[in-house]
Amino acid sequence: MEFGPHLLLASLEGATTAAVLALTAMGLSIVFGVMRVVNVAHGEFYMIGAVLAWFIATSVGAHPALGFVAALLIAPLLVGFLAAGVDRLILRHINYDPERTIVATIGTLYILQQTTLMTFGPDARPVEPPFNSRIALPWFEWGENGFEFYFPWGLSTTSYKLFVIAAAVVILITLWLAITRTKAGLVMRATQQDSDMAQAFGIPVKTVYSVVFGLGAGLAAIGAVLVVPIQQAYYLMGHDPLLLSFIVVIIGGLGSLPGTIIAAILIGMADGIISVFFTPTLAKIFATLVVAMVLVFRPKGLLGKSTS
Amino acid sequence: MLELSHIQSGYGRVQVLFDVSLTAKEGEITCIMGRNGAGKTTTLKAIMGMLPLSGGSVALDGVNLSDLPPHDVPKSGIAYVPQGRRLFSELTVAQNLEVGLLHTKDKAATREEVLDLFPRLRERLKQQADTLSGGEQQMLAMGRALCLRPKVLLLDEPTEGLQPSMIDLIRDVVLQMKSRNLAVVLVEQRIDAVLNIADQVVFVENGRSLETTDTGALRENPEKLHHYLGV
Ligand SMILES: Nc1ncnc2c1ncn2[C@@H]1O[C@H](COP(=O)(O)OP(=O)(O)OP(=O)(O)O)[C@@H](O)[C@H]1O
Ligand SMILES: [Mg+2]
Repeated sequence: MEFGPHLLLASLEGATTAAVLALTAMGLSIVFGVMRVVNVAHGEFYMIGAVLAWFIATSVGAHPALGFVAALLIAPLLVGFLAAGVDRLILRHINYDPERTIVATIGTLYILQQTTLMTFGPDARPVEPPFNSRIALPWFEWGENGFEFYFPWGLSTTSYKLFVIAAAVVILITLWLAITRTKAGLVMRATQQDSDMAQAFGIPVKTVYSVVFGLGAGLAAIGAVLVVPIQQAYYLMGHDPLLLSFIVVIIGGLGSLPGTIIAAILIGMADGIISVFFTPTLAKIFATLVVAMVLVFRPKGLLGKSTS
Repeated sequence: MLELSHIQSGYGRVQVLFDVSLTAKEGEITCIMGRNGAGKTTTLKAIMGMLPLSGGSVALDGVNLSDLPPHDVPKSGIAYVPQGRRLFSELTVAQNLEVGLLHTKDKAATREEVLDLFPRLRERLKQQADTLSGGEQQMLAMGRALCLRPKVLLLDEPTEGLQPSMIDLIRDVVLQMKSRNLAVVLVEQRIDAVLNIADQVVFVENGRSLETTDTGALRENPEKLHHYLGV
């Protein structure tokens, strides 16, 4: 394949990665932004989202689309409740102390991972995509007859991958509107900016924290449900999303939601493109290098603020 | 009526308040005075439930506030204007007021009333709080608190760093609240201001309330100011 079509193909792969990464990193970013908690177990909530998606999809049986829709609706909700439980049972009792929450969420990571190993087992399991038709993509060329469109052999994507991108966009826009336009969003932002004063205006800060922790994990789970028809559910699958989410949140600027989206697109696209042209390992090296550069030259991240 | 009796409180293991008592009545302005670090701000935080009490009690109209979870204290009718304003800095003026209105029944009317008190805020509803001038920020901090329609208003150095015209405006609003029968608790350093508007003054030193005097007596007997404040 020529370079141009090849790049388009790689960009589409990248866009799918970016879409899922944006959802996952957004969850981490919201939790850090509002609660100042570094959730090391974030990747495990992603993994459990995927495993639950497999479980729900296989339990429903019927048509794969039905199972998938059920998984997309139920798995993030269950993961959200699980995370809210972790918040109430663990984080609340250590008073959200920054160092202790890191240790506590590391512990949570292993508990969730090993419990999954003991119940779900060590095998990777696939979920059937709800639809998966190939879509050939056109390319253009400046030939003898002027501008020409044609369909190069091998330049195609699947309808499911396009759906993943569209779904992520819709979810992120909805989330943005919820945060900026609704009463719940206002409560969340007030808590983020000054939790003591929020409390002094009658906001039940601890309940807000539980909901936010659940929301953050739920977003990771949505990303996982979307990915599982492409990647399979596996009890160790939480590592990469955790690492990449951290990278994205640091590059974007801690707690900055627009920064998180921009960084997710940057890292996701780069990951897709470098993986297609070179190797996935090189892509991870690139991402790590970008983080190092950002930390050196813009320690607050791309859109981070100098205060707070 | 807000009643603090012998409260003790502090930050973690550091005890700051050892014995503070005061009574703030409806339609009166109660001033807390004391040197820097005496525990004035800490007293207000303890009233709000932002700091746990290790002794004593805070009661509003006979209801023990120390038994409530902190986020229920404002709902019981206490509004707090903290030292340094502490606005929700990345929210707009309108959104800051909206936070104040979260638990208020008659939202639209209350909002209008507050904006009538501070017309400058009405012109700046869409502006982000941290871009307001110092005086505007103080107006917003007070407006946000008044959105709760409180019975008790706690004000911590509301005139700190403001120019005279702004100070007059704040004073007018405080007097209006008094005439609306609110109990006002005011932490203030400027003696002339206190002598002008306060009904009683509570002197605090090293976390203890030493004496409560009514302002008339204080005017006739200003040595006390010298004694407690070193002026
Ligand atoms: N967050 C905190 N942690 C520990 N100690 C604190 C904290 N805040 C205040 N203190 C201490 O509590 C004491 C009382 O402080 P407070 O802020 O109540 O004084 P204040 O009377 O309001 O003074 P000022 O007139 O300067 O505002 C001081 O010694 C202060 O150092
Ligand atoms: Mg003070």
